[in-house]
Amino acid sequence: MTRIFIPRDSAALACGADEVAEALAAQARARGLALEIVRNGSRGMFWLEPLVEVETPAGRIGYGPVAPEDVAGLIAAGFPAAPAHPLALGPVAEIAFLKRQTRFTFARCGLTDPLSLADYRAHGGYRGLARALSLGAAETVEEVVRSGLRGRGGAGFPTGVKWKTVREARGARKYVVCNADEGDSGTFADRMIMEGDPFALIEGMTIAAFATGAAKGYIYVRSEYPDAIAAMNAAIGLARGAGLLGPDVMAGGFAFDLEVRKGAGSYVCGEETAMLESLEGKRGMVRAKPPLPAHKGLFGQPSVINNLVSFASVPFILAEGAKAYADVGFGRSRGTMPIQLAGNIRHGGLYEIAFGVSLGELIDEVGGGTASGRPVRAVQAGGPLGAYFPRALFDTPYDYEAFAARDGLIGHGGLVVFDDTVDMARQARFAMEFCALESCGKCTPCRIGSVRGMEVMDRLIAGENRSANLALLRDLCNTMKWGSLCAMGGFTPYPVMSALTHFPEDFGPHSLPAAAE
Amino acid sequence: MTLIHETDFGTPPAGSAAMVRLTIDGASVSVPEATSILRAAMEAGVQIPKLCATDSLNAFGSCRVCLVEIEGRGGLPASCTTPVAPGIVVHTQTERLSAVRRGVMELYASDHPRDWFSDPKQGANELFQVAASVGLREVRYGSDGCTHGAAAKDESNPYFAFDPARCIVCSRYVRACEETQGTYALTIAGRGFDSRVSAGMEEGFLASECVSCGACVQACPTSALIEKSVIAQGMPEHSVVTTCAYCGVGCAFKAEMRGEQVVRMVPWKDGKANHGHSCIKGRFAWGYANHRDRILNPMVRAKITDPWREVSWAEAIAHTAAEFRRIQGKYGRGSVGGITSSRCTNEETFLVQKLVRAAFGNNNVDTCARVCHSPTGYGLKNTFGTSAGTQDFDSVDQADVMLVIGANPTDAHPVFASRMKRRLRAGAKLIVIDPRRIDLVRTPHVEAQYHLPIRPGTNVAVLDAIAHVIVTEGLVDEAFVRERCEGEAFRRWAEFVAEARNSPEAIGPVCGVDPGLIRAAARLYAAGPNSAIYYGLGVTEHSQGSTSVIALANLAMATGNIGREGVGVNPLRGQNNVQGSCDMGSFPHELSGYRHISDGATRALFEAAWKVPLDAEPGLRIPNMFDAAVDGSFMGLYIQGEDIVQSDPDTHHVTAGLAAMECVVVQDLFLNETAQFAHVFLPGSSFLEKDGTFTNAERRIQLVRRVMAPKNGYEDWEVTQMLAGALGYPMHYTHAREIMDEIARLTPTFAGVSFARLEELGSVQWPCNEQAPEGTPVMHMGGFVRGKGRFLITEYVPTDEKVGPRFPLLLTTGRILTQYNVGAQTRRTDNSLWHDEDLLEIHPQDAEDRGIREGDWVKLASRAGATSLRAKVTERVAPGVVYTTFHHPETQANVITTDYSDWATNCPEYKVTAVQVSPTNGPTEWQEHYSELGRATRRIAPASAAE
Repeated sequence: MTRIFIPRDSAALACGADEVAEALAAQARARGLALEIVRNGSRGMFWLEPLVEVETPAGRIGYGPVAPEDVAGLIAAGFPAAPAHPLALGPVAEIAFLKRQTRFTFARCGLTDPLSLADYRAHGGYRGLARALSLGAAETVEEVVRSGLRGRGGAGFPTGVKWKTVREARGARKYVVCNADEGDSGTFADRMIMEGDPFALIEGMTIAAFATGAAKGYIYVRSEYPDAIAAMNAAIGLARGAGLLGPDVMAGGFAFDLEVRKGAGSYVCGEETAMLESLEGKRGMVRAKPPLPAHKGLFGQPSVINNLVSFASVPFILAEGAKAYADVGFGRSRGTMPIQLAGNIRHGGLYEIAFGVSLGELIDEVGGGTASGRPVRAVQAGGPLGAYFPRALFDTPYDYEAFAARDGLIGHGGLVVFDDTVDMARQARFAMEFCALESCGKCTPCRIGSVRGMEVMDRLIAGENRSANLALLRDLCNTMKWGSLCAMGGFTPYPVMSALTHFPEDFGPHSLPAAAE
Repeated sequence: MTLIHETDFGTPPAGSAAMVRLTIDGASVSVPEATSILRAAMEAGVQIPKLCATDSLNAFGSCRVCLVEIEGRGGLPASCTTPVAPGIVVHTQTERLSAVRRGVMELYASDHPRDWFSDPKQGANELFQVAASVGLREVRYGSDGCTHGAAAKDESNPYFAFDPARCIVCSRYVRACEETQGTYALTIAGRGFDSRVSAGMEEGFLASECVSCGACVQACPTSALIEKSVIAQGMPEHSVVTTCAYCGVGCAFKAEMRGEQVVRMVPWKDGKANHGHSCIKGRFAWGYANHRDRILNPMVRAKITDPWREVSWAEAIAHTAAEFRRIQGKYGRGSVGGITSSRCTNEETFLVQKLVRAAFGNNNVDTCARVCHSPTGYGLKNTFGTSAGTQDFDSVDQADVMLVIGANPTDAHPVFASRMKRRLRAGAKLIVIDPRRIDLVRTPHVEAQYHLPIRPGTNVAVLDAIAHVIVTEGLVDEAFVRERCEGEAFRRWAEFVAEARNSPEAIGPVCGVDPGLIRAAARLYAAGPNSAIYYGLGVTEHSQGSTSVIALANLAMATGNIGREGVGVNPLRGQNNVQGSCDMGSFPHELSGYRHISDGATRALFEAAWKVPLDAEPGLRIPNMFDAAVDGSFMGLYIQGEDIVQSDPDTHHVTAGLAAMECVVVQDLFLNETAQFAHVFLPGSSFLEKDGTFTNAERRIQLVRRVMAPKNGYEDWEVTQMLAGALGYPMHYTHAREIMDEIARLTPTFAGVSFARLEELGSVQWPCNEQAPEGTPVMHMGGFVRGKGRFLITEYVPTDEKVGPRFPLLLTTGRILTQYNVGAQTRRTDNSLWHDEDLLEIHPQDAEDRGIREGDWVKLASRAGATSLRAKVTERVAPGVVYTTFHHPETQANVITTDYSDWATNCPEYKVTAVQVSPTNGPTEWQEHYSELGRATRRIAPASAAE
């Protein structure tokens, strides 16, 4: 019996993975081939999806991208051993995109059957929790502190410090909340874990609960991820059945259980306090801080709120030790980051690498430039509220501080590439439009400012009263940046101002960089 | 005079004892821990601009104009949501802050009507004030942008209008509805720029669950939500603080005026009873004072079938005096009497009873409290030693368990109900004992742990069963009982309640409640640790009303829930001055301060002061007056501010009594129902037109201040004084304060009270004397007023009013939010939009048995009488129970109620009447006849040429 891997990841499904699996199963039945089809997660090489892998003694051999109509030809060419077929990719591990990565967090993703606990354990799963139990709660927190792990949702706050705060906070109950409301354009790391390695998240959250004294966890998943929700629910059920969740986790003497909550369909629900409101059944409105959620979070109780990737990084840190994680990285950005390459890019997908790689290397070498084949003009880093980087800044190392120094942000690790046909004034307008569309409406700079921003941009695009409108735009961005309640309104000026700063020529035919300044 | 401007500190006080020192704009400031930077600055006199923050609501942080800079911290934190920290250095004015604030205000202005001169609030619009303070000079966004200028106004509510174009979505009104009022009728619909205030599910204010408490209107910083009276009359220019004349909560209001015209009534933040909150009645339903029905000239007539004849004050007074002297001459000194009003001031009430005792020369004085809370006086006096509630309202903030019995606070005491709900939302537990599923049983974010829907008339039984559980399950606070109560009386009581016949299992079937529920409620009440009892007329207006009050006092003593904050036995008083009218000696057997008329020393004190001998024998109670009238021995009655025909039970008995009298004098604002039987009508003055004091349910004495001259020419006490003079007993008061001085001289519990003292303290709770110069918020601390607390046996005796084949249902009556008592005031306001007729609540099962559908006319009959009204089919009442209100004279619910009354005080048994309900086509014959009588007896003859 030969094991065949065809991803169940949404990206692969969107490319026809289910149809490929069906076609292959039908062919196997018809021809009496002994094939076992495993629906794995994605390796994150989306240009190769559906990527069909064959398990061989020499490792996994890949074929892709496979369309359903390719299946008959593959079989005819000798599949599962068809090295001469045009779709044959050879050993998957040798594909450069994959080979260059440092896969800590995504080590299992695409390799294992996501809903097989045995597979998970066989690939190092639950070693992290076991070590945490042996270390004790306080030392577990210290281990996370030492790893240098920072919040992967965007703010980059040290995860261990946050856990320590919750651990020391007093409350009738404590909660662990996973933010999987992955709303940034061009990001998919959270989804890939949930669909490809859900136990990693469960283990990470369980370690957090053990470390901070929480007994209940919630995973807030955006409603646009039905497959992820299904996978998480199935995995939680399996973990509960195996005593890995429930009243006595891993017979370690502590209780923890998890619940998946479907998001309310708003970008701002990914803002941690709005997410708490939404989890509590209220409208997704941002709460003012303080109080910090670590002191008064979900239902007013001390709560650990982390991005999914932060939690999913924890099992590795505990299993391999903080040092193994902290040994890689750059400056104060330790460990690895699953960078998501999207937009107009040739090799789109997920690329986990230690901090420090340059932006240019990521776009040009890893991503292979644009899909359209035209020159790269701009990259938006860190989601819809992130700055646009021109080629001139491609030397920027991928690192929280280095990006911040150039008025950019790493955010959740998304990079969206644009070629030279992009109109940056329209992109600036889009930033305001996005803010207007997604604003919760609580604070004034965001609620009214975003609409006025669109109007000012429209006037600029129409060439009306350029210098006055540019001055107004700058004032507005200043008001939004400093005045907004949360990052939604506070970061909307970043794409706007970066577009204006780096691409002034797009802001009107008569503009000169000097005049724009 | 100017408008009173209360300082808005932006956020509520922190209430912490620990102090934190910080620096604000170079000045060192010390404030309680957890105080917001905004409040700390305001307290230090540093104004930080703000829009969404107001000190009645928790900080929200949405407007972004109160930003500050803190040295060493990044960003510009909002000062409202950022608490102080030791040693921080705060700057409230920097260039960066100015730029952002101006930027925010420019955004606000870009979506706001710019015709400031047409703004109803004018300069009081906080948006304009802040815009000016941050130096906004221009709006550069142009006028063709997206705005809310075209959004439709919501003018559905009769009292206030909502103009979304002027709304800045600060959520203050939404938060006020939630935090202050607790109704949760308002929300923000839409998101982002589309965010807008929505009443209910965008159904408009009138159709929504909004209770028109006015908290939102008050909270609105702009003129998006504004009183229609302000739109019509313009902004007020001066204000006077006074006390509401509706229920016993006693809300303090600023009467905001233009000249002698009231523009609006705004709850006063420093009011100790209401802390700046209000309900629809006090806030909006004051227009009756100017209603065209108001009678401003005295009138007399020989017979009640004659039309009224307008006369001068001199003639009316002389005529009345002559008639009373004639009657006394013919039928004896005891043939006349007076009724004081719980609607009038302490001073007026005191004066009426003085008139009766000193000028009439008998003790035939009684008060409407007879028909509401007289059992409270009896019950609490005999157990604790004082005829009054034990706590202040603020005490509820310390309560862990509330036992609400026979009260419907959300309708009858709405402002206090909001306080209760706030405390319940914060985690206090609730037990409701009531035949009806009142709103408090389940309302947004509040749900009673236990609701005991007892059969009407079984209060004593259920309270005995609760006591049984407390005694037999060892839940008695033995240390408290040993130290503070009479041991022998306790032992007898404990033995009594422990008897098996008082067990929940035995009592459950009697009152129709699951015994397990009674046990659970008893355990919760006993568990406390702070358990407070709140009750209303559902306890007192029974044949065993006094027994029930005693039973409640027993429970409080047995569990040690008395004598400190957060506990106690608290009557919720129905009318504004029920407490006061009782305090002032309105009952026939008591002089002011609850001293018996038969007590020689007390009488001697009054005789010396009043320079007349006083009769040692108690006079007639109200129902006895009617009996005596029918017997021919009681012929003259002076009724100040009470409508006994509509409010007293067994209307036929009342009207028969009045019809038998030879001179009935009614002093009132309107030709009320009782005036139909009157021979003299003396126009009354409204609470806006007089000086005096009211005493609320928590014994709080508050000033009523005259904001306009009496339209009828005299304050009510002046009329009483004129009548006394005409009777040959001249009085010489020149101001109500002099009456209070006399009260203080003659009444030990009021010894420290004077208008000057009230001006100084704002209000004071009696006892106020040398021992308690600042008054007494919580009574019986350290010891009971009577010494040791006394347990009294409370044997349950079923009322004689029993259901049977002819009258198989039990009727109970009550009040609704928008109307007040007999409705004389509220029916003359737009409140009738919500409740323009009395409805009969009937359970679907009982309705179906009788073929009654929602809205059908039904005949409601008891052995006393019958009336007709329309049915409301609802599960709020249990099967076998029907319920109605008594606000409308067309219905006259009291035609149905019987003459049964409390054994101790004659308080009528309004709450239990056996009735039958049947379909009908319309009003009964009696109603038609009565309505005809009303028209005939209200005729006023045209003024003769001579006048």
